[in-house]
Amino acid sequence: MVHWTAEEKQLITGLWGKVNVEECGAEALARLLIVYPWTQRFFDNFGNLSSPTAIVGNPKVQGHGKKVLTSFGEAIKNLDNLKGTYSKLSELHCDKLHVDPENFRLLGDILVIVLAAHFSKDFTPACQATWQKLVGLVAHALARKYH
Amino acid sequence: MVLSAADKSNVKAAFGKIGGHAEEYGAEALERMFITYPQTKTYFPHFDLGKGSAQVKGHGKKVAAALVEAANHIDDIAGALSKLSDLHAQKLRVDPVNFKLLGQCFLVVVAAHNPALLTPEVHASLDKFLCAVGTVLTAKYR
Repeated sequence: MVHWTAEEKQLITGLWGKVNVEECGAEALARLLIVYPWTQRFFDNFGNLSSPTAIVGNPKVQGHGKKVLTSFGEAIKNLDNLKGTYSKLSELHCDKLHVDPENFRLLGDILVIVLAAHFSKDFTPACQATWQKLVGLVAHALARKYH
Repeated sequence: MVLSAADKSNVKAAFGKIGGHAEEYGAEALERMFITYPQTKTYFPHFDLGKGSAQVKGHGKKVAAALVEAANHIDDIAGALSKLSDLHAQKLRVDPVNFKLLGQCFLVVVAAHNPALLTPEVHASLDKFLCAVGTVLTAKYR
C-alpha cells in the first residue's frame, strides 16, 4: 500500500499545475529516444528518427509524448490508486505493445531531468525525491500485470 | 558502449562550461542522492549527512574532481581513474547499481543549474560518460 505524506502530495500537485503537458511530454519522449536510442525499437512507424533534430521535430514523437504525459496526469489525480489507474495500460503494454518494463524506468528518469531543467532551483532535493518516488511507482504499476 | 568523437567533444565542452561550479555540483548531487535514494547513505555511516554538511561538501569536491579528471583524459578514462578503480574494488566496494543513481542526480543538478547546457545531444553524451565512469570504477570488482 503506497503511502504519500501531505508534503509529497503537495510537491507533486503543486509542480504538475505548472507543467505544460504537451511540451514536457514531447521533450521527455524525444530525450528517451535520443539518450537511449534502443528505445526507438518500439516506434518503427514514426518516420524520421535519424538524428536528434529529426526526433525533436517529429510530429508523431510530439503527439505520443503528449499522450504519455497526459496519462501521467491521470496517475496524479489518483495517487492512492496507481495500480487501478494503470491496470488496463499494464495489460496493453505487455500483451499488445510488448514493452520491457525497464523502459518505464528509463522514461521516468528522463522525465525527472526534464522537470529539473524546467523548474531549476524550484526542483529542490525534496521535490526530486518525491518525483523519483512517483515515477518509480508508475513504472511499477505499469509492470504489474505483466505475465 | 563507446564514446564517439562527438560525445567526447560534448563532454569536454560541458565541463568547460560548468567550470568552477563542478565542486558545488558534486556536493549537490550527493545531497540529492542521499535524499532521493536513502539506501545510498549506508555507505556513509561515518558522515554527518545533515543539510550543509562540510563532509558532504568535501566529498562532493572529490567526486567532481574525479569527473573532471576523467573528462580531461576522456580517451583513457580507465587510465585516469585507475587508482580510484582499485580503491573502489578493494576498499569501498560500493555496489555497482549506485553509480547509476549518482549519475542520475548529477544530471539533475546540471539540468537545474544550467538547462541551456543540457541539450538532448549533450544529455546523451553526459549520460554515456557517467556510465563509462561507473563501469571503470567497478571494473576490477571481480
